[in-house]
Amino acid sequence: MDLSFSTEDIAFRDEVRTFLEKDYPAELRGKFSRDEYAKEDFLLWQKTLFKRGWGAPAWPKKFGGTGWTATQKYIFQEECARAETLPVPPFGMAMLAPVLMAFGSEEQKAHYLPRILNGTDFWCQGYSEPGAGSDLASLKTKAERQGDHYIINGQKTWTTLGHFADWIFVLCRTDPKAKKPQEGISFILVDMKSPGVEVRPIITMDGSHEVNETWLTDVKVPVANLVGKENEGWTYAKYLLAHERSGIAGVARSKKGIERLRQIASVELDQGQPIIRNPEFAKKISELEIDLSALEYTELRTLAGEASGKGPGPESSILKIKGTEIQQRITELTLEAVGVYGAPYFRGFPKDGDNQLPIGPDYAHLTAPMYANMRKTSIYGGSNEIQHNIIAKMVLGL
Amino acid sequence: MDFAFTSEQDMLRDTVARLIREQYDFDTRRKVAKSEAGWRPQMWAQFAELGLLGASFPESDGGFGGGPIEAMIISEEFGKGLVIEPYLQTVVIAGGFLRHGGSAAQKEENLPALIGGERLYAFAYSEPKSRFDLHDVSTTAKKDGKGYVLNGQKAVVLGGPLATHLVVTARTSGGQRDTSGITVFLVPKTAKGVSTRDYPTVDGLRASEVYFENVAVGADAVIGEVDNGLPMIEKVVDEAIAAVCAEAVGCMKILNEATISYARQRKQFGQPIANFQVLQHRMVDMFMAAEQATSMTYMVTLKLDEPDRQRKLAASAAKVQIGKAGKLVSQDAVQIHGGMGMTDELNVGHFFKRVTMIESQFGNTDWHLRRYTELSNR
Ligand SMILES: Cc1cc2nc3c(=O)[nH]c(=O)nc-3n(C[C@H](O)[C@H](O)[C@H](O)COP(=O)(O)OP(=O)(O)OC[C@H]3O[C@@H](n4cnc5c(N)ncnc54)[C@H](O)[C@@H]3O)c2cc1C
Repeated sequence: MDLSFSTEDIAFRDEVRTFLEKDYPAELRGKFSRDEYAKEDFLLWQKTLFKRGWGAPAWPKKFGGTGWTATQKYIFQEECARAETLPVPPFGMAMLAPVLMAFGSEEQKAHYLPRILNGTDFWCQGYSEPGAGSDLASLKTKAERQGDHYIINGQKTWTTLGHFADWIFVLCRTDPKAKKPQEGISFILVDMKSPGVEVRPIITMDGSHEVNETWLTDVKVPVANLVGKENEGWTYAKYLLAHERSGIAGVARSKKGIERLRQIASVELDQGQPIIRNPEFAKKISELEIDLSALEYTELRTLAGEASGKGPGPESSILKIKGTEIQQRITELTLEAVGVYGAPYFRGFPKDGDNQLPIGPDYAHLTAPMYANMRKTSIYGGSNEIQHNIIAKMVLGL
Repeated sequence: MDFAFTSEQDMLRDTVARLIREQYDFDTRRKVAKSEAGWRPQMWAQFAELGLLGASFPESDGGFGGGPIEAMIISEEFGKGLVIEPYLQTVVIAGGFLRHGGSAAQKEENLPALIGGERLYAFAYSEPKSRFDLHDVSTTAKKDGKGYVLNGQKAVVLGGPLATHLVVTARTSGGQRDTSGITVFLVPKTAKGVSTRDYPTVDGLRASEVYFENVAVGADAVIGEVDNGLPMIEKVVDEAIAAVCAEAVGCMKILNEATISYARQRKQFGQPIANFQVLQHRMVDMFMAAEQATSMTYMVTLKLDEPDRQRKLAASAAKVQIGKAGKLVSQDAVQIHGGMGMTDELNVGHFFKRVTMIESQFGNTDWHLRRYTELSNR
């Protein structure tokens, strides 16, 4: 057990920092914190990472991973958060890729993994349906075999960034007669340009367009796009969800969030003094930071376990629950810090061509929408109630 | 001790509830909030016609003989419809200033027009750096002959774009954070030197930044005492707190109803999610929070005419309770709705946002906890 960084680690940190200062695309700077991004932005960032050989820190070396130690991966995350880079969307990189590596055919690995790595394809996740949320196994989307093809019919929903995506991985029912709902599900890769795929926006309460309905009507997909074995998709789906959960902790980003909160609290006035000097408020930030610290060390322990060969287990549910609670709390306190200027709403305002001075400080504008938006984190990726159920059953054996 | 409403008050509630049901359904509200104007002048005229704008004024002021309880009833029902029009700013706040400090001439000029729906008011008090402190005023009103000249900026003036008149707090003497030296002015929005930047707010209302540049007003623009406006401001704001508490109660009731009915109807794992005990307990917590919030709203409404210290304690206590209850109810309502709770399409998110904004309106939970603590240890 050792908490300190070695001199090599520190040299590595400086190397990452220099890379981010020099090579993070200038046109992307500030975009993430301003909440404005396009598909091309994500792909450009991925291409930049790929060029440097850092396209997939979490992948094994033989697929183009970096071969970094757990400490180096940790440092890399920290530095990216510190520089407020765009995040790397998880759908291809962190969700699909591990499934393909474990269960995909050689052709699939050879074709799809490099395209994820070099920023060619943007993926989205087609799991949830209107009737199948927490109870994912009740999904109804059907894939019927016709010769060399599947014909897919059904509706997926809450598809994050589906409007950017080139590809979607879809859970479909291939054996309607299976005895248990978990049986008879297959994991299929679908080109979003296929005829019959329709993406309709869902606007969330904060006014943003992140999620979509994805309608699939008589979509024809080559059988070669089936991952693993037919009717065994549920195993792969669960494998993926465990990966999704561990990525969801977001420790490095939360650290940055707390740092931003402190900055804001040191200029926002309360009774004529910076609100950070109000002991009640300062205490709330401290509590949050301590919670984050507990999460961070829990994550590091989990990662150390993974490094010694264990995949992410049900313990990753802890990271999901605590990580999302902290993310939500950060936005809650930030909104509190900004006081009255949390109220103005500027998405879509001021109107185009209106270049008058902003209303209130810049950092205030997105605080309320962010607070509203972050409520999603305890709902998606398996809701926090479901995570509690998982821990109760799988860890505590209740 | 009596918590019963009179039959007139019951009738008033029915009238407002029917209006909301029939003409303020969620889809209409959503469309109006997103429209260019952001409100319905026609709806305001209807409020006037139905007597809602005069319901809380004594007969001597041209009203229908009610008071804070009537304002509470209306605000709660308006909360259920997420009413956009500035009832709070016009009737509760401007009406409050006129009742407590208005001269005979001011009342005569303003009250019939207010009650009749012709004049709408906004309350320009907070400033870019004042946060929630009512006495933190840097907008100045300098004596000039018989009148005054106003200079300064007011922040996030709710209902500003709709208003015809502004109630403005300004400093006539002393330093920025002195409790004395504050005076209240009534200024037509059309006065020379008044300009605004208008914008929507997160919860679908409209607000303005209001700039005063050498705005000349007469001595008759002063409401109440020169230099000693703060006690009156605090009283009116406590009345406004009672009204937003009632509004929040209305919001919470809808959130709870929506959540319970959704949980009954949404099936996962072959059963309604209402069967899951964790969710049941949460809905019970939400219900208890709304009940406690209702109690505290009654409490503060009935204590508005007590001496300053008791009134302030009551208002802060209610605001703290409502702030906490609102957070719990709104967050859990979204959570129990799952992904649906996140959408702009469903009403839940809109109530969530309004309740969130109420938490910081007229001082947030921490601010009122501090005021309560200071007063109770005095
Ligand atoms: C912003 C956002 C992005 C998303 N992105 C994607 C995506 O890219 N791809 C994708 O496939 N899906 C995505 N999802 C969907 C997400 O995974 C689901 O919303 C989630 O699984 C919950 O399902 P539901 O919304 O149908 O809620 P429901 O399952 O209906 O749940 C409603 C409530 O009931 C509770 N509940 C349900 N079952 C139980 C139980 N057994 N015990 C106790 N409580 C229970 C839930 O916790 C929740 O509070 C996204 C969702 C959101 C909000």
